Amino acid sequence: MSRQRSLTLTIIAAVLATGIGIALSYAIHWFPVQASTQAHNSDRLYHVLVIATIPIFVLVVTVILYCAWQFRMRPGEELKDGPPIHGNTQLEVFWTAIPAALLLAMVSYSFVVLHENEKRPAREISVGVTGQQFIWRFQYPPSVTGGAPVESGELYLPEGVSVNFGLHSKDVIHAFWIPAFRLQEDVVPGITTNYRATPDRLGSYPIVCNLLCGLGHSLMRATVHVVPPAQFQAWIKSQLSAGGPGGAATSTGAGGATG
Amino acid sequence: MAAKVRAPGFYRAGVLMVGGVVFATLLTWLVRMLTGHTTFHHYLSADAILTVALLAVPLMFLVGIGGFDYWFYWASGRPTRPEDHSGHGAHTWKDYFRINTDHKVIGIQYLVNSFFFLLVGGLIGMLMRAELAQPGARFVDPNTYNGLFSVHATLLIFLFMVPVFAGFGNFVIPLMIGAPDMAFPRLNALSFWLLPVAGFMMLGSFFAPGGAFADGWTAYTPLSINAPIGQTFFSVGVQFAGASSIMTALNFLVTIITMRAPGMSFFRMPLLVWANFATSLLVVIATPFIAASQFFVLLDRALGFGFFNAAKGGDVLMYQHVFWFYSHPAVYIMILPGFGIVSEIIAVKSRKPIFGYRMMAFSLLAIVGLGFTVWAHHMFTSGMASWIRIPMAITTAIIAVPTGIKVFSWLATLWRGVLRLDTPMLFALGFLTTFTLGGISGVMLAMIPFDIHVSATYFIVAHIHYVLFGGSLMTIFAAVYYWFPKMTGRMYDERLGKWHFWTTFVFLNLTFAPMHVIGLQGMPRRVADYAAKFADVNLFISIASFALGLSMLIFVYNIVTSWRGGPKAVANPWRGLTLEWQVSSPPPIFNFDRVPTVVGGPYEYGVPGAVHGILAPAPAAAGAGVGPNVVRSSSQ
Repeated sequence: MSRQRSLTLTIIAAVLATGIGIALSYAIHWFPVQASTQAHNSDRLYHVLVIATIPIFVLVVTVILYCAWQFRMRPGEELKDGPPIHGNTQLEVFWTAIPAALLLAMVSYSFVVLHENEKRPAREISVGVTGQQFIWRFQYPPSVTGGAPVESGELYLPEGVSVNFGLHSKDVIHAFWIPAFRLQEDVVPGITTNYRATPDRLGSYPIVCNLLCGLGHSLMRATVHVVPPAQFQAWIKSQLSAGGPGGAATSTGAGGATG
Repeated sequence: MAAKVRAPGFYRAGVLMVGGVVFATLLTWLVRMLTGHTTFHHYLSADAILTVALLAVPLMFLVGIGGFDYWFYWASGRPTRPEDHSGHGAHTWKDYFRINTDHKVIGIQYLVNSFFFLLVGGLIGMLMRAELAQPGARFVDPNTYNGLFSVHATLLIFLFMVPVFAGFGNFVIPLMIGAPDMAFPRLNALSFWLLPVAGFMMLGSFFAPGGAFADGWTAYTPLSINAPIGQTFFSVGVQFAGASSIMTALNFLVTIITMRAPGMSFFRMPLLVWANFATSLLVVIATPFIAASQFFVLLDRALGFGFFNAAKGGDVLMYQHVFWFYSHPAVYIMILPGFGIVSEIIAVKSRKPIFGYRMMAFSLLAIVGLGFTVWAHHMFTSGMASWIRIPMAITTAIIAVPTGIKVFSWLATLWRGVLRLDTPMLFALGFLTTFTLGGISGVMLAMIPFDIHVSATYFIVAHIHYVLFGGSLMTIFAAVYYWFPKMTGRMYDERLGKWHFWTTFVFLNLTFAPMHVIGLQGMPRRVADYAAKFADVNLFISIASFALGLSMLIFVYNIVTSWRGGPKAVANPWRGLTLEWQVSSPPPIFNFDRVPTVVGGPYEYGVPGAVHGILAPAPAAAGAGVGPNVVRSSSQ
C-alpha cells in the first residue's frame, strides 16, 4: 500500500472513530437522574467537554498507531536513522495557540454555567444542614415553617423552589452531596458554607457524605424528598404539631448505603 | 563483638535504637513530671512516649548505620576520612545494605527500595479491591479499610513515585552530564537511608494501638487531630521522606549546575537532565510546605496548639491550603522526570532528534511556574471563598498547554522515524495514550460545575490512577527496561518484557476506566461499602485489578532472572548518543577515565557524523573524531 493511501485510510478511520466516540458519549447513561435545574446545566457542560476532547484523544492515538504501522523498523533497517528534523516553529506555534484557545473557550463556558447555577433567584428558602459523625440533621427556620423552627432527620424540599443550604458541622469535615442535584460542598467546623439548588423533579434521592469523616463514613447517608409545594407545607405542619420546637419525634434517616 | 557494635552498621544501629527508646521514655517522664502530671500512671503515657520515640529512634538508626559519621568526626575535631571514592562500587549484595557514597550504588538502592514498596502498596490495593468486590463488609472492618487506602496512597506516593525517579536520576544523571559522581555523595547516602525509615514507619502504623492512620494520605484536619496514635506515624514518616526528597533535589541542582562536562551547555543537556532540574526546583520549593503542615498536625495532636481547631481560633481550611501547596506541585514532581524518560526513549527508539528541543525544555519550566498557581483546584468544594475558584480554574486549564506541547512534540518525533517497537518503546507509547486520557479528565476537572459533582468520587480515583499509573508508572517501567543493560550489565528478556507491557496496558485500562463511570453515577471514594447498583462494575474492576497485579509477576520474574543470568550487555545496545551509553555496562567505578568533552546536541540522530560527546582526546587528524570511543549516528 502506498503511503498516500495508508494515510487516507487512517484519516477515514480517525474520523469514523471520532464519530463513534461522540455517538457513544450520547448513548451511555453517565449520570443518575437529573433532579435540579443545576443538574441540567452541569450535564450539558459535561457533554460539551466530552465532545470537544474526543477528537484530541483520537488524534493522539491515531498518530501513534499510524507511526507504529508505517514507520516501524523493518528487517534490514537496523542501522537506519530517521531524517534529522529538529522542529518546525509554525507547527509549534500552532499547537500552542490552538489548545490554549480551546481551553480558554471551555473554561469560559464553564464560568457561564457556574454563574447560571449559583445566581441568586428572586425567591428562595433557607434550610440548615448539620453534619455530625455519622448523621445528617436538617433545620427549617421560622421563615420557612411560618411558626417555630423545625429540625428533622429527613430532608423535604418543595419542587421548583430554590433552596439555600447553610451547612454546619459539629465535629469534623463532612461533604453534603446530592448526586441527583450534581451539587456538593464541604461541611466545615467553625464556618458556615452554603450552596443553592432548585429541585425540579419529584422523587426521593440519596444524600451522601462525600468527605472521609471516620469509621461510619460510608454509612452517613440520608434521603432528600422532593415533593409538590402543597405537600411540603403539609409536611411542615405535621412536623410542627408532632415535635414542637426541635422536631424531636422525627427519625434520623441515616439508613444503609443508599448512595 | 565490641568492634562490631562500634563500627557503623546494623549492630550499632540496633543498640542505638534501644537507646532511643530509653531516651524517649526518660524525656517524656521528666517533662511530664516537671509539668505536673504527677501520678505514676501518667508518667508512662504510651502515646507521649511513642511520639517522642518516633522522632528519636529513626535518628538513632541513622547515626547507627553511619549516616552522620563524617560530620561527627569533623565536628569533634578527629581526623576525617576524605572522600577518595575508595568505598565506591558494590562488591557483594551486602554492600547495598551499607552506607555507600557511590551514586550508582545509591541509585540501585533507591530503585530496589522503591520497587519493594510498589509491591507492598500494590498488594494493599488488591486487598482493598477484594473488600470492594461485593457490597457490604466482607474481609476487613471499616477502620482497617480506611487504614489500607491511606497506607496504599502514602506508600505509593512518598515511598515509590517520588523516590523511584530520584533513583533513576541518581544512577543516570552524573553519567549523562559527564560527572564522576553527585556533588554531595555523603548527603546522597543519607538521603537514601531516610526512605526505608519512612517506609517502615508507615507500614508499622498497622501495629500501632488503634490501627494505621486512617484518614487518607491527605490527613485532613480536624479528623487527623483526634485520630489514634497511628496518625503520628504518618506525620513523622512524611518528615523523613520529605527530608530525603529535599536533600536529593538540592544534590541534583548543585550537580547539574556545577558538574556538567566541558561543552555541555544547558541547551546541550539531555531532556532527562532538564526534567530532573525542573523537578528538583519544585521539590526544594514545595516540600517544606507539607513538612510544615504535618508539624502543625503533630503539635496540635501532641501539645494542643490548636492551629486547626476553630474553637481555639484555628483555621480548618488553612490545613488544606498548606497541604495542597505542596501536594499539587507533587503531582508534577511525580510526572516531570517521566517526561524526561519518555523524551530519551522516543528520540533513541525513533532514531530522530527530539522535535522542538527548546520548547520541550521551556515547557518543563513553564509547568514548574504554573504548578504553584493551581493548588486550590483541589478545594473547589471545600468552602473557601468562592472567588478563589475562578483564577485557579483558569491556571489549571492553562497548565495543560505546556503539557500538550510535550505530547505533540513526542508525536512529531515519531513521525517518519525508524521505530524500534521494543519493550521500552512500547511502554513509552502506552504512556502517551493513557496519560493523554488522564490529562483530558484533568482538564475536565478544571471546569468548576463539573468538578463540584465529581469531587471526591471514583471519577477522581480514575483520574489520578490514569495519571500516576497510566502516566508515571508506565514511564518508570520504560526506564527500567531502557537502562537495565547499563545498570546491571545484562539484557532483559524481550519477549517477557512485551508480555509485561501488554498485560499491564490492557488490565490497567480495564481496572481504571470503569471507575470514571461509577464516579459520575455517584459512588464516593474512600468507602468500604457502597450501594448495590454499583456491585457489578466493582466486581469487574476487582477482577481486572487482580490480573493487573499478576502482570507484575512477569516483570519481577524477568528482572530477577535477567539480573542473575541474562546475556551480557554491550556498552551501547540502543546506539544512543548520550554519554551514559559511551561507557561500559555496567559503568566503571569512576564513570569516566577522562572527563568527556561535549561537542553537540544529545539527540542528533540522522545527522551524518554527529557526535554528542568525545571521551578520549580527539585525534588531530580525520576531522570530527574517528576514535574508537566515538559513537556516530549512522546516516541513511
